[in-house]
Amino acid sequence: MGNKQTIFTDEQFEAYQDCTFFTRKEILQLHGRFHELAPHLVPLDYTNQPDIRLPLALIVSMPELKENPFRNRIVEVFSEDGQGNLSFNDFVDMFSALCETAPRELKTIYAFKIYDFNVDNFLCKEDLEKTLNRLTKGELTPEEVNLVCSKAIEEADLDGDSKLSFSDFENMISKAPDFLSTFHLRI
Amino acid sequence: MEVVGEEDGDTEGKRKNGHSKKEEKKEDNERGEKVQKKKKNKRIETSSEQESSEEVEDEVEEEGEEKPEVLSPEELEKLKEAVDERKKRISTLRGKPWPMRKKLLTLRESHEFVEKYEGALGKGKSRKLYAYKVMMLKKWMKFQRDFENFKTACVPWEMKIKEIESHFGSSVASYFIFLRWMYGINMILFGLTFGLVMVPEALMGRPYGSMPRKTVPRAEEANAMDFAVLWDFGGYAQYSVLFYGYYNSQRAIGWLKFRMPLSYFLVGVGTVAYSYMVVIRTMARNANEDGGGDDNSFNFSWKMFTSWDYLIGNPETADNKFASITTSFKEAILEEQESRKDDNIHLTRFLRVLANFLVLCCLAGSGYLIYFVVRRSQKFALEGLESHSWWERNEVNMVMSLLGMFCPMLFDVISALENYHPRIALQWQLGRIFALFLGNLYTFIIALMDEINLKREEEEVLKLNMTIWEASLYNGTLGANSTAPPITVHPADIPRGPCWETMVGQEFVRLIVSDTMTTYITLLIGDFLRAVLVRFLNYCWCWDLEAGFPSYSEFDVSGNVLGLIFNQGMIWMGAFYAPCLPALNVLRLHVSMYLQCWAVMCCNVPQERVFKASGSNNFYMAMLLVILFLSTLPAIYTIVTIPPSFDCGPFSGKSRMFDVIQETLESDFPAWFGKMFSYASNPGLVLPFLLLMVLAIYYLQSTSKSYKQANLELKKKLQTGPTADLHAAEQNEENKKKKKMAALKAAMDLEEAQNARSEAPRQQRNNNASQQSYRDRGEKKGGEHRAHQGKSNHQIPPSATRPPAPRGHGLPGPLPGNQRQPAPSVQRVPNSQRH
Repeated sequence: MGNKQTIFTDEQFEAYQDCTFFTRKEILQLHGRFHELAPHLVPLDYTNQPDIRLPLALIVSMPELKENPFRNRIVEVFSEDGQGNLSFNDFVDMFSALCETAPRELKTIYAFKIYDFNVDNFLCKEDLEKTLNRLTKGELTPEEVNLVCSKAIEEADLDGDSKLSFSDFENMISKAPDFLSTFHLRI
Repeated sequence: MEVVGEEDGDTEGKRKNGHSKKEEKKEDNERGEKVQKKKKNKRIETSSEQESSEEVEDEVEEEGEEKPEVLSPEELEKLKEAVDERKKRISTLRGKPWPMRKKLLTLRESHEFVEKYEGALGKGKSRKLYAYKVMMLKKWMKFQRDFENFKTACVPWEMKIKEIESHFGSSVASYFIFLRWMYGINMILFGLTFGLVMVPEALMGRPYGSMPRKTVPRAEEANAMDFAVLWDFGGYAQYSVLFYGYYNSQRAIGWLKFRMPLSYFLVGVGTVAYSYMVVIRTMARNANEDGGGDDNSFNFSWKMFTSWDYLIGNPETADNKFASITTSFKEAILEEQESRKDDNIHLTRFLRVLANFLVLCCLAGSGYLIYFVVRRSQKFALEGLESHSWWERNEVNMVMSLLGMFCPMLFDVISALENYHPRIALQWQLGRIFALFLGNLYTFIIALMDEINLKREEEEVLKLNMTIWEASLYNGTLGANSTAPPITVHPADIPRGPCWETMVGQEFVRLIVSDTMTTYITLLIGDFLRAVLVRFLNYCWCWDLEAGFPSYSEFDVSGNVLGLIFNQGMIWMGAFYAPCLPALNVLRLHVSMYLQCWAVMCCNVPQERVFKASGSNNFYMAMLLVILFLSTLPAIYTIVTIPPSFDCGPFSGKSRMFDVIQETLESDFPAWFGKMFSYASNPGLVLPFLLLMVLAIYYLQSTSKSYKQANLELKKKLQTGPTADLHAAEQNEENKKKKKMAALKAAMDLEEAQNARSEAPRQQRNNNASQQSYRDRGEKKGGEHRAHQGKSNHQIPPSATRPPAPRGHGLPGPLPGNQRQPAPSVQRVPNSQRH
């Protein structure tokens, strides 16, 4: 590649292309973005796979995530320790799962994880209330919040345990017309 | 590269465990133990998934180490299966919801396995072939990947679209994505027409001025270079490769023997075929994503989980979005709380009928207006264009563009009468605008057809006049024509026929140019000027202009998309007669992209209420397909029915344009080909073939319907889940038991009756006992579970530790024959359990 500094080996590129929905150019772009979040921490040369993790606060300062009410949850879901510290692998994984070409099933799985605030594999009423409050920035009265959450559970809950399991969620989302176009991050 | 080398060196001869552990230590020294444990867990996870393959793997590994050559056929089969499975795993790795580390690990393991054992698969004679196949496959995949990389590098305007997405959300950006896609299609069409039609004629055909069709007539020469004339696509622009009339009908031109007329015809057909293919392929791809239409059963859930647009990155837009989400929730809550009684449904119905009537009047009015204007322009043309003002000359195009601008607004006002839900109102609006554009276009075409007929009559007259004119040339030298020396006449002086094809091409080009101009001017005035006025006049105006009446405009997604679709329809219609149209369109789209991107960022505000016309992307694709079909109809009609002009264009002299195919078959292909083709086009063969295709379509349609049905059933089953299945199974079991009990009872009663008749006193006690036991069993039908347990307490652990599944299972076991023996014990145990 001439005098350009090698950031990844060819083998690494192949591996990333097999594991994500990105092409070479996009992976390089992602590395650039990751690097500019913390230029003194993130090395330019990733050929020996250094293990650098960036904290949650840095990641959510990215313009793509800055205005998103669920930004903390998104980063926590894709971090390995669950606290929001992302390595480059996790970073790439996050954008790959949310990119345009990711299939619906994959996005549904991750959406479920993101909206599950207490990480108990169910969307219980508290999770829904938290989601709603973040969406409306606290503009709704508690009665209205209660009504909306009850209605949502009523609509989607199929096994009658007054919380949404993954299959309930998936059934509901699979019919939603806007899901794929809104649950989408572009890098 | 070092890493790679080491890996390769390590794979041979080492077990996977040891090898990967070594890599682990190299990777992270800090969290060695924890990570190693994790890896072990992961290994367990991966191996638990595919146990059989792991077994095979271990087997083969052991054997492989001992005797790499000797493998029995079954083991070979198993190995092949394992290898294929690994390959499949590699290809589906992207879609798995695993953390990246796990994916990378699985990838590496699978790659190693495949590489290690792939060689062993090709045995004996076919080994070389197998290895060759494998190598070719690898090369092909690498090529595909490089091509993908190349393609993404080529995609333009990615950053622009991203900026718009983050400011306006996904619906506005969808217009620009559509524009970019159209740009791609037009580039390909441009490549075809430019490379295969325009360039060969320009380079290898006869030059300008050598033939009458290629020269500006003497009468027009004076102002052939005027800008006004050129802008109108007359003068030098008309007599150039841009239009149909310039092309020569010589069968083969240049030293390459390029078949010009054939190429012209095939490119015309090819552009349409390519467009069909692309649109249908995109529709098919989108159809897979279709969730299942919009029904209102998940109103609140969808609002909660799919209303936030993750693409938004701008604080103002985000605030706007929060506000609109809140409003939407409040509205939904209101609707939920009050049951809205639709009072006065008759009034609503009447108003809707009235609205539709008004719309129909509008459409009819606009259609008549266009017809009238086209007629008038024909009259003007007969009188000579110079005596009329600019407006009168361009009346047709201006009227069409203005109608396209004002009628939608009128429809919007009328739809206020109808009181529909915004999404439905949007669909009606789009439908009406669609009808408007279609009506206008077809009126235009009908008027054009009139003009074509006129020109053809002119042509007949001219042909007669030509003979007279030719005779007048020779009036000096009477006598046999053949002996007279040919008098050279400058091509500019030869009278030529009115080339109707060029006229058609010109009309389309003018229409598109004026449409473009109208769009840009509307953009500048409607959006930009308005924004400037609102911003600067706000300081000295009585009411708040920004919040009140004019305010900033919103970007009209559906109107713009429709405009784009219709524009493309006009291109498809006119591209056969004016090869320059795709080039013009590419230019137009390019400029549009930049202009509209700028206008949107500068003058528009994000929409307050976002309603998409339909859930799926296929709505606009479907419209595009309809337009494609409708626009190719007129072109096909003219090609098939109207004979080409006698002195201009690549088909001059033929009786029909498609005769060129016949000619090519006869002269360029061997004789048997022509014969075969004539057999194949025999109606006796074509009709059965068409019938077969219709049957195939019907069959495929019904199988697809049945698959959808099966799919729905499976989905339902998934929804209700294992518990419902259990319930259903339990129900089944209970019913079965009941039936069996009833049957048993009937059989026993029968036997009893028989026995009672034969051995009344001896069987009395037994009968009583068995009757009692049956009664007991009948009584404790509900407590069967406990009885079962009580009976076999020592054998099977109690239900607390056992999963609920086998609840109803196992009890109806004892046969009639065995019942009498354990009867007493059964009798006793449930009693103790009950008390």
